[in-house]
Amino acid sequence: MSTADASLPARLRAEILGLAAQEPHPRGAAVAALRLVQARFGWVSTGHLCEVAGLLGMSADDLDGIATYFNLLFRRPVGRHVIMLCDSVSCWIMGREPLCAHLCRALGIQPGETTADNTITVLPTVCIGHCDHAPAMLVDSTLHGDVDTACLDHLIDMLRNTP
Amino acid sequence: MTPPSERPLTAMIDPAAGPPDCAAYGRAGGWQAARRALGGLAPADIIDMVTRSKLRGRGGAGFSTGQKWSFVPEDPASARRKYLIANADEMEPGTFKDRLLLEGNPLQLVEGMILAAYGVQAGHGIVFLRGEYHLACTRLHHAIGEARQQGWLGENILGSGFSFDIHVHSSAGRYICGEETALLTALEGRRATPRSKPPFPQTGGLWGAPSVVNNVETLCNLPHIIANGPEWFAGLGLGEDGGTKIYGASGRVAKPGAWELPIGTPLRQIIEEHAGGMLPGYRLRALLPGGASTAFLDATSLDVAMDYGSVEKAGSRLGTGMAIILDDRTCPIGMIRNLEHFFAQESCGWCTPCRDGLPWVERLLSAIEDGMGQADDMDQLARHARMLGAPGRTFCAHAPGAMAPLASGLKLFAADFTDHIRHGRCPLRMAA
Amino acid sequence: MTRIYIDGKECPTRTGINLLQACLEAGASLPYFCWHPELGSVGACRQCAIRQFSGPDDTKGRIVMACMTPVGEDTIVSIDDTEARDFRASVIEWMMVNHPHDCPVCEEGGECHLQDMTVMTGHNTRRYRFTKRTHRNQDLGPFVKHEMNRCIACYRCVRFYRDYAGGDDLAAFASHDHVYFGRAADGTLENAFSGNLVEICPTGVFTDKPFSSTYTRKWDMRGAPSVCVHCAVGCNTIVNARGETVRRILNRYNTDINRYVLCDRGRFGHGFVNAPTRIRTPLRATDGQQVSIPVADALARFARMAADGRIVGIASPRAALETCFSLHALVGPQHFSTGQTRQEQSCAELARALLGRHPGRLPTIHDMESADAVLVLGEDVYATAPRLGLALRQSVRQPSFHTADQAKVPRWMDAAVRTLGAECPSALHVLTPAPTALDDVAADSVRAAPDDIARLGFAIAHEIDPAAPPVADMMPDDARLAARIARTLMGARTPLVVSGMQYGSPALMQAAASIAAALARATPSAGLSLVLPECNSMGLAMMGGLPLETVMEQARTGAISTLVVVENDLTRHLSPADVADLVAAVPDIVVIDHTVTPLCQHASLVLPAATFSECTGTFISQEGRAQRFFQAVFPPAPIQAGWRWIQALGQSPERITPHMADLTVWRDLDDVLAALAAAFPHLAPVTGAAPDAQYRMDGQKLRSQTYRASGRTVIRSFISVRDQPPPASPDSPFSSSMEGAYGSDMPAALVSGYQASPWNSVQALNRFQHEIGGDMRGGASGIRLFPPVGPDDARRPYVYATDIPMPYAARADTVLVLPDTRLFGSEELSMSSPPVMARAAAPALGLPAGVVGSGHMTLHLEDGPHVLPVQSVPGLPAGIALCPAHMVARAFRFPRMARLETVPDAGDGP
Repeated sequence: MSTADASLPARLRAEILGLAAQEPHPRGAAVAALRLVQARFGWVSTGHLCEVAGLLGMSADDLDGIATYFNLLFRRPVGRHVIMLCDSVSCWIMGREPLCAHLCRALGIQPGETTADNTITVLPTVCIGHCDHAPAMLVDSTLHGDVDTACLDHLIDMLRNTP
Repeated sequence: MTPPSERPLTAMIDPAAGPPDCAAYGRAGGWQAARRALGGLAPADIIDMVTRSKLRGRGGAGFSTGQKWSFVPEDPASARRKYLIANADEMEPGTFKDRLLLEGNPLQLVEGMILAAYGVQAGHGIVFLRGEYHLACTRLHHAIGEARQQGWLGENILGSGFSFDIHVHSSAGRYICGEETALLTALEGRRATPRSKPPFPQTGGLWGAPSVVNNVETLCNLPHIIANGPEWFAGLGLGEDGGTKIYGASGRVAKPGAWELPIGTPLRQIIEEHAGGMLPGYRLRALLPGGASTAFLDATSLDVAMDYGSVEKAGSRLGTGMAIILDDRTCPIGMIRNLEHFFAQESCGWCTPCRDGLPWVERLLSAIEDGMGQADDMDQLARHARMLGAPGRTFCAHAPGAMAPLASGLKLFAADFTDHIRHGRCPLRMAA
Repeated sequence: MTRIYIDGKECPTRTGINLLQACLEAGASLPYFCWHPELGSVGACRQCAIRQFSGPDDTKGRIVMACMTPVGEDTIVSIDDTEARDFRASVIEWMMVNHPHDCPVCEEGGECHLQDMTVMTGHNTRRYRFTKRTHRNQDLGPFVKHEMNRCIACYRCVRFYRDYAGGDDLAAFASHDHVYFGRAADGTLENAFSGNLVEICPTGVFTDKPFSSTYTRKWDMRGAPSVCVHCAVGCNTIVNARGETVRRILNRYNTDINRYVLCDRGRFGHGFVNAPTRIRTPLRATDGQQVSIPVADALARFARMAADGRIVGIASPRAALETCFSLHALVGPQHFSTGQTRQEQSCAELARALLGRHPGRLPTIHDMESADAVLVLGEDVYATAPRLGLALRQSVRQPSFHTADQAKVPRWMDAAVRTLGAECPSALHVLTPAPTALDDVAADSVRAAPDDIARLGFAIAHEIDPAAPPVADMMPDDARLAARIARTLMGARTPLVVSGMQYGSPALMQAAASIAAALARATPSAGLSLVLPECNSMGLAMMGGLPLETVMEQARTGAISTLVVVENDLTRHLSPADVADLVAAVPDIVVIDHTVTPLCQHASLVLPAATFSECTGTFISQEGRAQRFFQAVFPPAPIQAGWRWIQALGQSPERITPHMADLTVWRDLDDVLAALAAAFPHLAPVTGAAPDAQYRMDGQKLRSQTYRASGRTVIRSFISVRDQPPPASPDSPFSSSMEGAYGSDMPAALVSGYQASPWNSVQALNRFQHEIGGDMRGGASGIRLFPPVGPDDARRPYVYATDIPMPYAARADTVLVLPDTRLFGSEELSMSSPPVMARAAAPALGLPAGVVGSGHMTLHLEDGPHVLPVQSVPGLPAGIALCPAHMVARAFRFPRMARLETVPDAGDGP
């Protein structure tokens, strides 16, 4: 099993080179390549960043300037599951603040942190386009609307029990 | 409910059934426009039809789509690399219309892009999709694959000699990517800061090549304009503008949602009829008519027609047409603070006023909301609203957009501000 | 030309520039940050807001960013407009939200552009009452210090470092008010021009690290206009000194040469003047020990030596023209050596001859930036003439400028031009044996042996002009390459060919000259540039003299009794065996130098010479430009200029008859120059390189300190608290204090620093220029000795060189060892500067990829075997090895055939 410390699997490297080949300049594939790495490892480690930079003919500094610019690219490890609770205006009106407080209390962490068991990371996110079902959140890649405390409690239980 | 013929954009959308496949799309009237365009219309005809349809950009700025295209060099797609880019980076708070179109009928976007690309003779299509739209991403990829298989994308489409294909770029966040030049910078694998114009994207866009960036909703209108004619489309609007518009409402209304209505539908009708009015126990205090970067309108403006000109006359902007409702039990200062937090955080960091001014604004609002306001804080906020609000002071429209709710809010909610500062607390928060 | 109305005042200006430039050129004080004359406009800081009116009837106008708005016909603007002023004050206030109030401990304090601009906008009251963001700083290596909290995010650093200088290890990170400028991780900034960040940064984020360790405020230092001694390009510098130490080197704008940028070797290589290896008193050898002796003793000893027989003088390409000439005057032409081997000297003299008869243009460094096709023929210019390399890097932007012109986008709209130029092809061709720092922007980078590169060059010349000799037995691929490069060069308006003597190859330089001459037939602006190794190589080439081999021959016959070696470490020119022979054959060697070299241990007498910072003199750069450097430091006696020591040697009338009798009566540098002009009429113009010592402005000498200098007693208080009279130099028109004249229109060669209140930072330079980025108000600095080419020159038949080398054939038993000239490590003087020493990588042997077997190999050079770690060099042709010049064998500077052996015990070299 490869980890964030190990070098990128050959297939992933080939995939990144393939993306780069489709662009007029390899750097056009920068975000896509980093997303691939993140999809595989959950985050982009410095080692992986350097490897991707090498594949795209960029310096690590250059690529990290991009990686740190975009908020959906994680340059620090996250838990197995990431809860992104919308903090934009419609959700705020519909009570996302007490929900966030509830979630953090239940998990014993602050927004931006990961539970000690590495299960869940809580991050605020900007509007996720589910305002008609505010408050809304993304759990990994699944959209949840009309979130309430009961729904959060259920979700936490579920996530803790899924690998 | 409006009959399907009067809501062309959403006629095929059935959330329960999922998006139509290629065949179903064709059965329901899809591909007619593409067949017609590639079967005999000249690219200039397409541009002319779109201009006559009075279609204006649905991303927020409201620029005439036909006119935008007219600046693209006319060389055929085979002679020069050109790009047609769908801006699906929907990130304006309170806005979820493009997601509806992307998830509900992605083939409509594909056909719209084929038409636009044929019009400007672009051989390369890109959908710039925001990273959080996972379902839209899956459905879009599926739709593009299907369209490619059916010969709607690829080399020599329908034997017309026109070749065009679409690539989906899943972005990784940042509101500023919705700004068309920042979007191009992002596609080039750079930090997505906006670019200066000239060069305009139509002549020097992605990798320096001519590029057109259109909003998803804008592009989705194209099949209907080409299939039914520009006059039909122009006639759909109630006022100056042509077509329908997806309007929406969120906040404490009875039935939050999005509805396709004739452009120019009065705000009152949208809120009271379609959104079902306010939730019991709540009264409407004010609203942002078209997303976070539009100025507040209060209850006295409900009869404004939701078209570009009328909303502007009322002191705000149509924006995305997706209204955010402020009720009487929510603190307006808290709401503005939330908005300014968003804008401060989403500043790209390129120009000084936006990068360092917005966080100051956010902190002033936080201080006031948290009961730490000082006597001249409102002056400081007003100064920022003035300094950052006028166009041309900052590099792009991000900060002026951010100042729209603040400047209008300072006027509309002056008493609330004063109360907060004088009493050192938020009255509503105390009540709660 | 057109006009601009600034607050009602009519000012003449020019079209094609932006309103910020126009306002600055009109003398207005309009603050700015992100704009830089060399980097153009990007509109990031929003500081230069003014109100622009559409015409005389427009009373409203609109706020625009001056740097982003082109000058139009009769543009009407207001800087004083209340709203514009408020906005500018607000911009500063926003920057100050996070800027720390650490001016008292900041190295930038007192010469900080941010300070100047803050005062200029009138922002003086803090209204922001919340916390500031803070950052962690990085260790960026020995040159540049990092203090990110001071950052105002103008983006100049990354724009300079990445876009302009081609570096890729500095970047902008994160976003919104968290933007961070640094590296992905701590580590040395690798770009050869990193030190310019110090001047590019408008505040104290990037500061001069060596300067910081011996920090002095700007107003407590003496400044002198100077010329860099670390290569032959002749970049102009400002030496800042306090007491007897040089504190730092700053860029001195010369519109034709370095303009706004110095390389790191030039900026940080000056440490040798302060180094413990300095010679401070006369020394004599006693029982193998060097013992300090009084000056009178030293001169008496020399007089005794001189009585014994013939004196031969050895000059040096790193010594000032006046010093070389005084030696020539002492010993006469028959006994005067240039201090170079025959190969070095003939290459330098060949360069002079080729440049002298080139029928096209001899471009300045600035001219090279606008060359629209460039061929680099066998010279790693980034190592041998870094500033020239940077100019070539700029030249690749020409196609994007042409695209921008067509799109009617002004060339100074930097980001827009770069967007438009994204797909523009490069017209830079680099033909070198080993990879160079220009390869990343080159259309072609071709690797070949020097002889094969010369052959390609001759073939290119033949393609352009069939009258040039053809090259026999060309491989088809090479012939195609030659044809392609020839086409590119012929299609250009201002093509340029660059070569040099890095590989000691006359054929390379002749091929380059042939190409340039062939081009000049149809394109009179076709340029030729040849890189020489040292700061006065061209001066010596113009003066002439004997090569060291001739001196050796004379010495072996016992014909030399005394050798006077001036500022020359012969061990860098001659093999250890030759040096030993020379030492054995010559009874007395007198070394005049400022720095201890290995030669000193063989000297009977060592005399302490002044460095470039301690005297006044002249160098002639590789483009034939004579430039004066001025004294900044008054060293403790008896350190004095080399020519003064030589004069002193010549002043014992009973023993010595100097070749030129008037040597003994020279009073000052101007006398030396007058004698030089008489003796070498073709060098006569050098007297005009700068105003002479009698020059006065408003009847006064020029001050070399700013008005706010601290009391001069303080500096020497540990010796005496008596008020010392300020020292004076007879050789320069400078006073050594703050007394004297100073102004923005003073002669450019005499600008000792930039200050024009309220501009206290280096950006005060704007006030000294006629036009931003153009000529200095005080005229040119230096004087070119090659006469300008007339229209007839291109028509005269050109005699092409016909000596075309044979192709290089790799041999089984030996390799061709080429000098791997290093930016840091190969140049002599900078290697006595601690920060440069820290940047010099350990020597290694470069071999073609795939040949590398074990970790170490033994290289048999003429001075013996050297065991070196091996590294693979991609693209290096077969049969070639790279060995760092001067770092392994001191005298190794030109190609040699040598034996190479595998070290049996892999990876365990000594």
